[in-house]
Amino acid sequence: MAVTDRTAQPTGPEPDDTAALEAGLDALETRIVVATPAWRRFIAKVVPPLIAIGLVIVAWQLVYTFGDLDSWQLPSPADVWSEMSFQIQDGTLQKAIWISISKGLTGFAMAIVVAVPIGVLVARLRWLRTAIGPILSALQTLPSVAWVPLMILWFGISDTTLYAVILLGAVPSIANGLVAGFDQTPRIYGRVGKVLGARGWTMVRYIELPAAMPGFIAGLKQGWAFAWRSLMAAEIIVASSALGLSLGQLLNIGRDTTSVELTITTISAILFVGLAVEFLLFAPLERRVLKARGLGDQR
Amino acid sequence: MSSATAEPQAYADGVDLSAPFAARLTRVSKVFDHSSPLPPVLEEVSLTVAPGEFVSLLGASGCGKSTILNLIAGLDQPTSGLVELPEARKPALMFQESALLPWLSAGRNIDLALRLRGFPRADRRTEVERLLDLVHLNGTYDKKVHELSGGMRQRVALARALAQDTSILLMDEPFAALDAITRDVLHEELIRIWHEEQIAVVFVTHNVREAVRLGQRVLLMSSRPGRMVRQWQIEIEGPRRIESPAVAELSVEITDDLRREIRRHGRH
Repeated sequence: MAVTDRTAQPTGPEPDDTAALEAGLDALETRIVVATPAWRRFIAKVVPPLIAIGLVIVAWQLVYTFGDLDSWQLPSPADVWSEMSFQIQDGTLQKAIWISISKGLTGFAMAIVVAVPIGVLVARLRWLRTAIGPILSALQTLPSVAWVPLMILWFGISDTTLYAVILLGAVPSIANGLVAGFDQTPRIYGRVGKVLGARGWTMVRYIELPAAMPGFIAGLKQGWAFAWRSLMAAEIIVASSALGLSLGQLLNIGRDTTSVELTITTISAILFVGLAVEFLLFAPLERRVLKARGLGDQR
Repeated sequence: MSSATAEPQAYADGVDLSAPFAARLTRVSKVFDHSSPLPPVLEEVSLTVAPGEFVSLLGASGCGKSTILNLIAGLDQPTSGLVELPEARKPALMFQESALLPWLSAGRNIDLALRLRGFPRADRRTEVERLLDLVHLNGTYDKKVHELSGGMRQRVALARALAQDTSILLMDEPFAALDAITRDVLHEELIRIWHEEQIAVVFVTHNVREAVRLGQRVLLMSSRPGRMVRQWQIEIEGPRRIESPAVAELSVEITDDLRREIRRHGRH
C-alpha cells in the first residue's frame, strides 16, 4: 500500500528521483534523426535533372531528324557538341565564362554591401520605409536592361556601366529580402533580446540579423538571378572588345556569324553558370540555415 | 480550513517603503489604448516582492498578469505609478513557449545571455556547462532547439534566465504548454533551483493548483481593471506536491474566489 501512503502524506520525492525521472522523460521525448549519407542526397538531387536534360536532347534530335528545317536554323545536338568541344579546347569558352562570372560575382558582392544597410534601415525606420519602401518594390519589377542606355550615357562603354546595371538589378531584391526577413521575425525574439540586455547594434547583430536569415537568403538568391540576367543583357548591348570576350560578346559573335551552334553553346554556358552558383553557393547556405532551425528538407 | 494554510487577507494597498524588495510597484496603472472604452489593464496596482520570495500571480484572462511582468522586465512602461528594482541587475523573464532562439544551439542560447551580460569570454563555456548541469541537461550544449522536447526547451530557457545572474526571475505561464508529467517534474526542478539560487520569483499562471503548489504567497487579481483582490500566505510544511491534500483544499477556496471575480464580468 505504499502508493496510498504517498498520496496521503505531502512529501516530495527524493532529488535523485527527479533527476532520473527527467532523464527518462528526455529519453522518451527526444527525436532521433537518422541522416541520409551525403552521396545519396547528391544522387537523388542530380540524377532527375540529368534525365530531364537527356530527354530534351532526344526530342531535339527527333525534331532535327524528322523535321523539315535547314541546318542553319537548327543544328543537330552533335553539331553543337562539336562546336562546344572546339570552344573548350580553344579555351575561348572558359575565358568568356571567367570574364563574365568574375564581373557578375564582383557586382553581386558590391550589391550585398550596398543592400544590407539599406535593408536594415528600411526595416527599422518607419519613415524611411514609407518613403522608399514602395520605390524598392517598384525597382524590383523594372527590368534592369532598361537602365543600360542611361548608364551608357553616364559611364560610357566601360565596366562601370556593367557594374551599375548589376547593382540596379540586384540591390532592390536583396534589400527587400532582408526587409521581408525582418518583418517575418516573430516579435518574441526582440523581447527575448531586450530581456537579455541586447540594445542597438548588439540587438541587430545577435537577434535581428540571424532571425532574418531565411528571408535574407531568399533575397540573395533572387538578387543573384537578377544580377546575372542584368549582366548578360548589358554585355550584349555594351559591345566592345575593350571589355574582353565575355559570354554576352560570344552571343553577339554567334549572331553576327549566323552560327546557331555557337549561340546555343553560349546559352548552355550561361545556364551552366547559373546552375553552378545555385548548387555550389546558395543550396548549401540555405540548407545550413534551415537545418539549424529544423526547417526545410530534413532528408 | 486546513491548519496548514492561512486565512485569506484583503490585499493591503499600502507600500512599506522601508522593507527590502526584489521588485516594487507603487500605484501602477497601465492603459494601452486611450481611446478604448474598456477600463485600464492595470489600475493602481501596488506590489512588493521581497528578496528571495516566491510569489504566484493568479487571475483570469485580461487581468494584466503578463503586463505586470512586462513592466518589471522593462519591456513596457507604466502609464502612471512607479516600478522599482533595487539594483542594476536586470530581471530575467521566461516566456510561455518557444522563446529559445532557433538558430542557436541549446548551449549557445545560454552563452548569448552571458555574452550580452559581459561575462569573461574565457570562462563562458564552463559557466554554460555549469548551468546546463543545474537543469540536468549536461551534454546537450550542441543540441539544436528543435531536437529538444518541450520540457527540455523550458529547462534550457530556465538556465538562460539564470545566466543573467538576476535577483528576480519573472515567469509568464512557463509550463502551460507542457504535459502534466513534465510540468510536475519542472515544478520540482523550479523549487529546487529557487532554493539553491536564492532568487525571488514572480510566477504568473491561471492554474490555481500550480499557483498554490509553487508559491509562498498567492495573489489573486481581478480583470478589467486589473487590480489585486486578495492574497494568501501559504504555510504548508515540508515539500509539496500538486496532489497534496493541503494544496487541493486551498485550491478549492481560491478557485471559488476566482470564479466569483469572473462572474462579476457577466453581469454588465
